[in-house]
Amino acid sequence: MWCYEKRLQFPVNIKEPNAKLAQVIMSQFGGPDGELAASQRYLSQRYATPYREVAGTLTDIGTEELAHMEMVSAIIYQLTKDLSMDEIVDSGFDKYYVDHTAGLWPQAAGGIPFNACVFQSKGDVVTDLFEDMAAEQKARSTYDNILRLVRDYPDVYEPIKFLRAREVVHFQRFGEALRITQDKLDSKNFYAFNPGFDKCKN
Amino acid sequence: MNKMNDEKSRLFHDIGVIDFVIVEMQLYLNTHPTDKEAMDYLSHYVRMKNQAMREYAMKFGPLRISDADGCLQNEWKWVTQPWPWEGGC
Repeated sequence: MWCYEKRLQFPVNIKEPNAKLAQVIMSQFGGPDGELAASQRYLSQRYATPYREVAGTLTDIGTEELAHMEMVSAIIYQLTKDLSMDEIVDSGFDKYYVDHTAGLWPQAAGGIPFNACVFQSKGDVVTDLFEDMAAEQKARSTYDNILRLVRDYPDVYEPIKFLRAREVVHFQRFGEALRITQDKLDSKNFYAFNPGFDKCKN
Repeated sequence: MNKMNDEKSRLFHDIGVIDFVIVEMQLYLNTHPTDKEAMDYLSHYVRMKNQAMREYAMKFGPLRISDADGCLQNEWKWVTQPWPWEGGC
């Protein structure tokens, strides 16, 4: 089970609202490579591995992703706080505002709602770990794209830079989890059996 | 061995009971934040839970990372002990 710590993993203190930035950063909440998808991907996949080190990696990284979702949400909340109606219209935030006011709702920057199809849980630990490594790189690229847009806003830049660095660490750990998995498989044919499904190892 | 298993499951069961009291009191206090009697009741169970969690961690491995320092073994039991969905715990 889970318990909540009443703090952010890295501080978020944005002084100036900016609805234009909020709209792009929102992709890391509910977009295809966002933190909601990341958390649900790892926490769903962890049951399909018989290797406890891998299950632990998926559990703990999946848990950290929930903390990242909270950080991204706090960034969006602070960027959309106390907006005037003129700022809402001029920034193009009006299309989001009409359905959600300034509430948090998971969608991509382009307005596409969150969809579980942005991640897989294949029931095959090798397949899942390859997806996870790709997912971390995709999220890293997205944060790099955001960093180019927020260069002049240090309050936004610093927490985004922290989140980007975590993607690189997670990629590394998933790589190690894949190596641990493959070390336990048939080195002549990693696909000879699915260790989380097949009963015998012929 | 059986005695250890008995102790393990008893302690584990106690933690579940104590924690459920905490969950209930936390929800109650969120909507009744000035109820002093309820706060005292919660504090009693929080102390009880911390004690039970420490004892469990020391004897059988940690159930949460904040108790990982209570394990003297030179093995990372967080990952070598069964995960909850494996059954039997």
